[in-house]
Parts: sequence; structure tokens; C-alpha cells
Amino acid sequence: MLVKKKKGIFQEFYLVEILKGLYITFKNLFFARKVTLQYPEERRNYSERFRGVHYIKATNGVENCTACMLCPTVCPAECIHIEAGERADKEKYPIRFEIDVLRCCFCGMCEEACPKDAIKLSSIYEMSTTYREVYDKSFLLEQRGNK
Amino acid sequence: MDTFDWIVTGAKAAFLVVILLHVVPIMAWVERRGSALIQNRLGPNRVGPLGIFQSLADAVKFIFKEDPVPGHVEPFYYVLAPLVSLVPAFMTFGVIPFASSIQLGDRMIHFQVADLNVGLLYVFSIASLGVYGIIMAGWASNNKYSMLGSLRSSSQMISYEISMGLSVIGIVMVFSSVKLGDIATQQGELLTHFGPLLLPEALQFPRWGVFVQPVGFLIFLVSVFAETNRLPFDLPEGESEIIAGYHLEYGSMKFAMFMMAEYLNMFTASGLLATLYLGGWQLFPGMGYVLHEVQAYFQMSALAGDWTRIVFEVVSFGIKVGFFMWFFVWVRWTLPRFRYDQLMDLGWKVMLPLSLANILITSVFIFFGWV
Ligand code: SF4
Ligand code: SF4
Repeated sequence: MLVKKKKGIFQEFYLVEILKGLYITFKNLFFARKVTLQYPEERRNYSERFRGVHYIKATNGVENCTACMLCPTVCPAECIHIEAGERADKEKYPIRFEIDVLRCCFCGMCEEACPKDAIKLSSIYEMSTTYREVYDKSFLLEQRGNK
Repeated sequence: MDTFDWIVTGAKAAFLVVILLHVVPIMAWVERRGSALIQNRLGPNRVGPLGIFQSLADAVKFIFKEDPVPGHVEPFYYVLAPLVSLVPAFMTFGVIPFASSIQLGDRMIHFQVADLNVGLLYVFSIASLGVYGIIMAGWASNNKYSMLGSLRSSSQMISYEISMGLSVIGIVMVFSSVKLGDIATQQGELLTHFGPLLLPEALQFPRWGVFVQPVGFLIFLVSVFAETNRLPFDLPEGESEIIAGYHLEYGSMKFAMFMMAEYLNMFTASGLLATLYLGGWQLFPGMGYVLHEVQAYFQMSALAGDWTRIVFEVVSFGIKVGFFMWFFVWVRWTLPRFRYDQLMDLGWKVMLPLSLANILITSVFIFFGWV
């Protein structure tokens, strides 16, 4: 329904209102604080819980992962692919560990499910590439972030 | 015309074309930085100091972009349209004087490419040719949004051209000339009357159009916004309603030509506003005093003094035009777009009667010899 608002003579006569508007924009032009973040030099501080690029935590150079398959099971995007193998000391370990990061939705479920505190999401968010990337084990084993 | 005239006219035309070609990138930059600062952003500030070369980068991008002609368009008119809107935009500024005249030997040189005796009418007739480009673009694009854009553009032009023309009639009546050079010269005289009141010597200020014709000035200012398709009257483009209107199907340099035409129209409109209502090249109050001081201080010869005066006048004209250019940007980022019916209401129900009333009152004033 069209509600007719009561307007004073000054609102009816646009010019005064326009001048007020011009005054506001003029103030903004010179005196307002600018909100732009000049990205490569300035960066936003994200929370510690930010979910960025994955990595697998390693202790003494050996990955914590025991290829228990909990993370591929829980992953809603089904983007973790693990091929399990056995070390000489009968310990299970992932021979291949791949994350198809194009499908990943960065939900962090894998991190939550992992019993060995192995898969982690770091706070790095600069992950644009010029090709379609699948993170393999060697890439994931680089220790980024220190969560 | 002899050789000397040809050379002088050529030089003036070349000067003007260089200025016009520089206006576009600078205005594009001012527009982007200005809009950003008004919206509490920073805007492009990477290329060159303060980002001033951003427009150059843009130009390079425009030139190297692929320039496809979509399959569903009318190719001949599609290619012609940007030209049709760009060429008139380049033509109009020729009659606007950017400084007074100088005596060289036994010749007078007017700083105006062509002092046509139909000056004002020439500007109006050429400026309204630009709309053909827009209509052609909309029609040839074979796209409903473009079509809507050009329809809006043409009806808007018609409605506002009337009030624009009528508002200028006041000025023509007061200065009894349509030659822009004459109008600018006459604005140097002092205003002796305020309505029926005789002003005392101390209160006399220059007879600038804006003091003689305040209502006409307002009407002209508003109509100019509609004529140049700038916000708040940019319905032909209306990004949020009809995507980009008439230049929707255009890319690369053809799009850039539409943009250039828009900025050049703005520039011409600012020049016209300055010439008709702010005294054109007339010096600001106080600048005349500075000029005398400078001339006396350097003990200039008559010729050098004259050239200094010309420089002062060009600067003063530049400041006025610059103010209006900035005003266009400033208003664009202040006001929201009008609704179409509001636009038409304003044009026909407010501006037209107001401009007619303005003519009536002006003629009464002239009859009693008050202006
Ligand atoms: S963050 Fe979510 S989507 Fe990405 S790998 Fe882990 S569980 Fe899968
Ligand atoms: S849940 Fe942890 S331990 Fe199990 S496979 Fe995934 S990363 Fe390895």
C-alpha cells in the first residue's frame, strides 16, 4: 500500500535536502576514517580458529597419522583419499594422503575427527593457484602454522 | 581567411583537442578516487603517485581487449553508434571561449576556436545529436535492456532539453546575444541593480549570470545532469534495473568511446555553465588585483602583460569548469537515482513551468530596466 508521508515544505523542495546530502558526502570525503585494508602490506588478523590450508602434524619428522580412515569417513565433501600401508614395526601409516582441495569446503570436520591430532587446518588463506591442485602427502607434511 | 588566421585557428583547435583528450582520463581517475573517498574507501592508488596513471592502465586494457561483435546485432549501426555519440561530444566545446582576446599587431585573437554568431544554438543542436548515438546503440544491439535504455534516454532528452533551452532564454534576453563571447564579456560589468533597488557603489558585484538569473541557473544545472545522463538522472544506464542500458553489448574500445563521450559532454556542460552563469573567463574578484601587482612587479611590457592576463583568465576559467566537473562527481555519489515517473514529473511539472515563469519575470525586469 502506498502510504503518503507528511512532508514539510523543505522536504518537498528537494534542494535543501540535496545540500544537506552534499555536506555529508563532503565530510566523508575528507574527514571519515577510510576502511580499506591495503592488502599485501596490511593484513587482517583472523581468529586462531581460522580454517585455512591443511597440514599433517609430524612428531620427530614422522607424521602422526595412522591411516585410521576417520577423516575420509567424516569428510562431507569426500575429498580425502588415503592409501594405508604398514611400516616395518607394524605401525599403520598412509602411503598416499591426498586432499582434493577444490572440493574441500574447509569445514574442519577432519581436524575434529582425528584421534591422533594429525590433520590440521592452518591459518593460511592465500591458496589461489593457476592449476587445479590436489594436495599430496609431501605437501601436507610441510608444517605450517603451529596449532 | 589568410594563412595567419588558419595557423591561429589550427593552434587553438589543437590546444582544445589536447585538453579534451586529457580531460577524460583525469576525470575517470577523479571519479574513481572521489567516489571511493566519499564511500570511505581509498580507490585505485597503486599505479603512479596517488594512482594517477590508473586511467592509462585502463586505456591500455581497453585497447588490447578482444573486440567482438556479437552475432545478434545489426553490425553497421552497432559499429557506427559509438562514433555518432563521440564526435558531437568533441565538436561542441569549440564555441566556448576560454579566455578573452589579445591584440597582436593589428589583429585581434579571440581565445575561442569559432566565435559563431549562433554560438549557443550551435551548442544545443550539436549536443542533442549525441542522443542519436545512444538510440542507435540501443536499437542495433538487438537487446531488450539496451532498447529500454535508449528509449529512456531519448524521452529524457526531449523532456529536459525544453526546460534547458527555455532557461537559457533568460540569459539571452539579459545579455541580448547568443554569442558566447559576448555573453562572457558582458558579465565583466558590474551589477548596479538588485531588482528595483539601486545598489550602492560598495555592494556592486560582477554581473555574473548566476546573480542575474538564479532560477535559470538552477533549472539549467538540473537539466544538464539529465542531458549528460549523469546520476541522479542516469536512467539510460541504470545498472541495477537495465544492467548497463544502451552500452550493454559493447566491449573494449567501443565501450570506452561511450565513456569518453559521457565525460566530454560533462566537460562541455561545465564549460557552458561556467560561461553562461559564472562569468566564463572573467577573473575572480581579487584576481584582477593580483594580476596588476604581478604586471607591475615584473615591469612587463604591454604584450607580456596581456599574455599574463590571458593565463590568469584561462586559470580562472579552468577553476570554474573544474568546480562544475567535481560537482558532477560529487552529486553522483550523493544522490540516488530518480524513479522514471519522478523524472518525468520533475521535468514537465516543475522545470517547464518554472522556466516559463522565469522568462516572464525576466522580461518584466528587462521592461523596467532592472537588470
Ligand atoms: S575440511 Fe572438511 S571438507 Fe575439507 S578435508 Fe576436512 S573434512 Fe573434508
Ligand atoms: S583421522 Fe587422523 S589419523 Fe586418521 S587417517 Fe585422518 S589424519 Fe590420519
